[in-house]
Amino acid sequence: MAEIDLALLQPVLAELGPQGRTALLPALHAAQELYGYIPEPVAAAVGQALRMPLADVYGVIDFYALFYREPVAKTVIHVCGDPACSMAGADGVMKVMAQQVERHRIQGQIQDTIKVERAPCLGLCEHAPALLIQGAPVPKADTQSWEDLVSGKAQRPYSVVGGDINLLTFNCGKGRITNLDGYRKSGGYDSLRKALALSPDAIVAEVKAAGLVGRGGAAFPTGVKWEAVAASNEPVKHVVCNADEAEPGTFKDRVVIEDDPHRVLEGLIICAFAVGAHKGYLYIRGEYNLQYLILKAAIAEARQAGFLGTNILGSSFDFDIELRRGAGAYICGEETALFESIEGKRGFPRVKPPFPTTHGLFGKPTVINNVETLINIPLILKVGSAAYRHLGTQKSPGPKLFCVSGDVVRPGLYEVPFGVTFRHLMDDLAGGMRPGHKFQAALFGGAAGAFAVEKDLDVRLSFEDLRAAGLPLGSGVITVFDETRSMQDILLRLGHFFADESCGKCYPCQMGTQRQYEILQRIAENRALPGDKDRLLDVGWTMTDASLCGLGQTAASAVMSAIRLWPELFEARQTTPEGGPA
Amino acid sequence: MTDSINLTIDGNPVHVAPGMTILKAAASAGIEIPTICYHDYCTANALCRLCVVEVEGARTLVPSCVAKVSEGMQVSTHTERVKRARRTILEMLATTVDLSEAPDIQAYMREYGAQDERFPEAEQRFSPVLDDNPMYIRDYSKCVLCWRCVQVCAEDAQYTHAINFTGRGFETQIGTFFDKPLPETTCVFCGQCVAVCPTNALKPKRQWLLEQGHSPDEIMSLTRTERRRRMRREAAAEQPATGGKS
Ligand SMILES: Cc1cc2nc3c(=O)[nH]c(=O)nc-3n(C[C@H](O)[C@H](O)[C@H](O)COP(=O)(O)O)c2cc1C
Ligand code: SF4
Ligand code: SF4
Ligand code: FES
Ligand code: FES
Repeated sequence: MAEIDLALLQPVLAELGPQGRTALLPALHAAQELYGYIPEPVAAAVGQALRMPLADVYGVIDFYALFYREPVAKTVIHVCGDPACSMAGADGVMKVMAQQVERHRIQGQIQDTIKVERAPCLGLCEHAPALLIQGAPVPKADTQSWEDLVSGKAQRPYSVVGGDINLLTFNCGKGRITNLDGYRKSGGYDSLRKALALSPDAIVAEVKAAGLVGRGGAAFPTGVKWEAVAASNEPVKHVVCNADEAEPGTFKDRVVIEDDPHRVLEGLIICAFAVGAHKGYLYIRGEYNLQYLILKAAIAEARQAGFLGTNILGSSFDFDIELRRGAGAYICGEETALFESIEGKRGFPRVKPPFPTTHGLFGKPTVINNVETLINIPLILKVGSAAYRHLGTQKSPGPKLFCVSGDVVRPGLYEVPFGVTFRHLMDDLAGGMRPGHKFQAALFGGAAGAFAVEKDLDVRLSFEDLRAAGLPLGSGVITVFDETRSMQDILLRLGHFFADESCGKCYPCQMGTQRQYEILQRIAENRALPGDKDRLLDVGWTMTDASLCGLGQTAASAVMSAIRLWPELFEARQTTPEGGPA
Repeated sequence: MTDSINLTIDGNPVHVAPGMTILKAAASAGIEIPTICYHDYCTANALCRLCVVEVEGARTLVPSCVAKVSEGMQVSTHTERVKRARRTILEMLATTVDLSEAPDIQAYMREYGAQDERFPEAEQRFSPVLDDNPMYIRDYSKCVLCWRCVQVCAEDAQYTHAINFTGRGFETQIGTFFDKPLPETTCVFCGQCVAVCPTNALKPKRQWLLEQGHSPDEIMSLTRTERRRRMRREAAAEQPATGGKS
């Protein structure tokens, strides 16, 4: 092993050291950029500089999938193995890649400089099968040549955006990033100006009146959340934008950030003003490197133009945003795990109560909102809550972004008013099933979701209609499967996802996701044992009912939905383990 | 605030002080709720979920070791829903961890009718015994991840921070910085972790050696380094720094 030159790290530690433990993930990212991985002496130096226990530093490194504690290849290729990509041929891509690496190794053209890894959903589902090559997104990997891929010549994906309306996605899908000028030309930051002329209470009231509920999956009323934090007497409060998007099938936040980053910032700034926060964090998943850089540039632009910093737009309001990157952990999208991550810890969800509105980031009252929730804020202030409510249904007002992937002609991001039918979204907007194929099912809500079938085609996409149909809206994810797809295979991939992403804190999910995956393996391999269905149900109910956080509580949701719809798939195919008599 | 909270537990009216957990309130009424991770002197993290109970109006089961009582609360501690969760948790645990030296958990298994082979072809969390110091051994195949050792090593008692977690999910384990042997960490061998471990995953070295069939003499010699060092330290403490004779 080459000598580790700790001097390289000194500028990083000099800058981050004074912040203490909260700077751990930024420091580890910086270290990994310098050394390719995080060698022991580097980890020790980081721990000392941040004045934190070394065992804890190691615990954090080992928690996040994107941190390596051993040397890895120079180029790491992440191949998505989740449903949308697997259906588009990800397994084949993975195999070809491995063969190519091997062939080139034998020919001596490359040494161990390329490593191919299976990855969870990369948020590029409309470009399936998708890859990340050393962090750079690659669309439709099956159509790109190996040479282009490894030389970095593969073109980057551009978002596919459509829908009935474009109130939120006005600047999206145009094949370019909307910079500050472009955003302002489209009316950007006018709502902030308007907001600063209002009282914080009036803004909270307006958001409440608009009936906006969170788009991150939990559907909690945004105004109520803001009100609680605004009412707190604590001098220090925080606002956080959750851009950790990692639910398989979800890519809406990625598209918004990529094409129109300032809209997100404007929403967060207004939120901070309304609740009285002076510091905000924007936490973006580690795999969204391109989008991280886009946000970084946008934040710099906004600061330069006086939308961030002191005396924003000449008012007495001071606010700034710190951009943070995750490092490969779905659980960090859970709000309290996300706080832990910003605090420099493993992404373990906290026991609730207490809730973030009283004990959030650094123990302070905190508003945390999803990217899509926040981009509704400038719109609400622009048109007013009454006009906003004209859109959508009585109980689900406003516009909604849907991520449609899988076996449709035009997978992409679609903006519609709440209340259109699933059929309209799938057939009219996403182009319907691919020619010659029939609809079999669709997964609503991602891995944590449930299956819709033929009878659900005319369900209206609103919170109330979907609840009545027993389907989750989740964060607006719909993955469509045609008649050729094996549901057992889809379930196996979902099972793999949860087993990989469970944080391991509470028993039901720590062990339940593993047991569920093992049984799904037998089922996918057509060797289910007698009692496997009951085992899945016991594990499923236990996770749903007794897990500590939303991950475990929904980790069996798709499986239980499949058991209800297709019980025959779970029947025994053999009588004893180890291939006994059938 | 009132000085007493009225609730019912399994139909019995119970009056307790505000701020009490359901677990303690039940105990005060003579109702026992099973627990694994809970320990009176450690931070309760509500991990094992064996203590879950049904609370009228709650969407999911509620961990009684951390959930506080509230006025008018209706708690059921042994419904079918609760028992199914407890039984399944125990069955998953029995196929994951070596519980041979955890009699309390075994008793729960009998009480809840949990089968230890409920999950065929289940992966076990196996790891070789770590014998890297003269004071105690670490046999993580027996570890139920109750977190107590990590907590007493940190803010709950010792502030030594020698151990933390490695991996995540099913692969989580307790470990040191880059898996170093304990003597190379900040561990001060206070033994608090050994004292709180509920499954004998952490065990005094002497006891372990005895079980391995070593004679007391052998054990003396195998654990001697530490004794010698201690004697030397004590001797040094008695003498002024200049008197370097030994
Ligand atoms: C396992 C898990 C993953 C989650 N991932 C995300 C995510 O990636 N983005 C998000 O906004 N919310 C996510 N959430 C929901 C958050 O906990 C939280 O409810 C949300 O950020 C609140 O914002 P909202 O009210 O604007 O929706 C996740 C929840 C769980 C349980
Ligand atoms: S439910 Fe899963 S992800 Fe959530 S705390 Fe428990 S183990 Fe961690
Ligand atoms: S080693 Fe013992 S005390 Fe530590 S987590 Fe495991 S079972 Fe608990
Ligand atoms: S990127 Fe492959 S499923 Fe989302
Ligand atoms: S005793 Fe309550 S969760 Fe373990």
